[in-house]
Amino acid sequence: MRFDGLAVLRHYLQVLAFCLAISALQYFFLPARPYEVPMVYSVSIGTVTWAIIEFGRHLVDPHSSTGWPRGWRGLLLTAGAMAVGYVVGMSVADAWFGWSSWRGMSVREQRASWLISLVAGAVISYYFYSRGHSAELARRADQAQREAAEARLKLLEVQLEPHMLFNTLANLRILIATDPARAETMLDHLVAYLRATLGGSRVAWHALADEFARLDDYLALMAVRMGERLHYTLELPAALREVPVPPLLLQPLVENSIRHGLEPQVDGGRIQVSASTERHGPQTWMRIEVRDSGVGMAPGALESAAPGQGFGTRQVRERLLTAYGAGSTIELVANSQGGTLATLRFPLKNPPPPSA
Amino acid sequence: MNTPTALIAEDEPLLARALATELHRAWPALQLLPTVGDGASAVREALARRPDVLFLDIRMPGMDGLAAAAALAEDWPGDAPFPALVFATAYDQYAVQAFEAQAVDYLLKPVQPARLQKTVERVQAALARRSPATDSTFEQLRSLLNALPGSAASHTTAATPLRLIPASEAGSNGAVVRMVPIAEVLAFEAADKYLRVLTTGREYLIRTPLKELLPQLDMQQFWQIHRGTVVRADAVETVERDDSGRLLLRLRGLTERFGVSRLYAHLFRAL
Repeated sequence: MRFDGLAVLRHYLQVLAFCLAISALQYFFLPARPYEVPMVYSVSIGTVTWAIIEFGRHLVDPHSSTGWPRGWRGLLLTAGAMAVGYVVGMSVADAWFGWSSWRGMSVREQRASWLISLVAGAVISYYFYSRGHSAELARRADQAQREAAEARLKLLEVQLEPHMLFNTLANLRILIATDPARAETMLDHLVAYLRATLGGSRVAWHALADEFARLDDYLALMAVRMGERLHYTLELPAALREVPVPPLLLQPLVENSIRHGLEPQVDGGRIQVSASTERHGPQTWMRIEVRDSGVGMAPGALESAAPGQGFGTRQVRERLLTAYGAGSTIELVANSQGGTLATLRFPLKNPPPPSA
Repeated sequence: MNTPTALIAEDEPLLARALATELHRAWPALQLLPTVGDGASAVREALARRPDVLFLDIRMPGMDGLAAAAALAEDWPGDAPFPALVFATAYDQYAVQAFEAQAVDYLLKPVQPARLQKTVERVQAALARRSPATDSTFEQLRSLLNALPGSAASHTTAATPLRLIPASEAGSNGAVVRMVPIAEVLAFEAADKYLRVLTTGREYLIRTPLKELLPQLDMQQFWQIHRGTVVRADAVETVERDDSGRLLLRLRGLTERFGVSRLYAHLFRAL
């Protein structure tokens, strides 16, 4: 529980302004009484009610994120504060003027006074409640946006890792002198890779054939760098070429295979990416495999992943869930011949004809 | 001085070839040994061929360039001058700062001919005033080693040091696992894929690499004396120097003797 003095003052000033407005309204309809009378009553009832709510809300529900107690506790606090505020506030004002409203007022006058306090209290309480609520909503939306931006930035950082870029450029520089034709091919792959990475988020879907072409760009760049240490194959049946997937969905898996599988291994190895379909009952499932012959996962590598590690896989899992809903899965297993096998499965909406 | 020799350790074949070509242009007299592509080969080849200059890529498969330099320093014979080290990296800024003081030079990839010329001049100057590896060489390498993440000196003892180690009995093929109290352990020694856990009269094996075990040990009790050996300081009985100047430790309760690498020899200098 913490008190922000400035916020408390701000709330109280708002309540005061509201009380003055109410009393001005009463004076307007009952000009016979001096303005001082409704003003003192209004201010003293308002002050007591406000103080009970302002300081009581932290006791009633200290964990509420809107600043307003949740559910029935909020209603109870408001109702209680208004009742106590009315009785105490009236008594204080009575003391100020040196008379007693309880004896002097007719039943009709008492009812009117009750009603004014009730309506005024409800209005200002609702005002504070909805302000707290919308501020909380704005804060949440803001946070969600910030998290999304952070995730995107992190992804970019991984994909445009400076080490990878500079090494690629170093290789390119050499090829320009020694093998211009190969340099040109390499540059084309680099341009396509950069274009996909930098602009990847602008389209929500692209064809699986495009996805495989981007993987080929990345792997071709890595193959120039790693030479004999990297061999790769991409297998995409013609019938599945047009299946829509979120762009660069598979990229982190292939990067993991290179970075955590092949790069630490002196002799390098092989990466195989393949797409196929499988039927379970009425539903056809898409199945994409990324298989490497790298050093493999240490036991518990996924669970104990340090920050940065495991980011790629987690990101793929989240994107799968967003794109295809629950039921879509990603599975990482140690390959029987060493290395790692990552398998994605998601339901296929318009399966290709079985002839393919 | 005879023809100077150089060894290049670089895992990317194109970059390795290009560095060799550029080096040949900048320093025609330099004789290049066949290039190696990983840290462990770099150490092996450097020990066998004793080059005057060693170009080490930082990121290499298996053992990285910095670890290779440290491993080389441990096993380097005392009578030969230590090679001049030049590190190469595409980006690792922090590494650049860490080893700037210790290496003769570092190169940023892609290597620019003009910059390489400067490196050659620095290496030549370093070779001219070089003498057999001295304590100060190892002093420098030790600080380099300490700058490495995960080194013994770069971490302090974990909040809760390990008290029990589940380890399989040697020879049982993992069938018998015992909870070995850390208080009984005299030494840890790396052996191939395992770590030997030695107690009085018994030997156990664990799979945890020494590097991962170190942060969980109380470094007041256990001293690292070699990149593959950690011993209980209390258990050290004698320290002897053999004919080649190597320090050997004898521990109470063990017949085996343990070699102390040059990098850690300062721990046993008599006060």
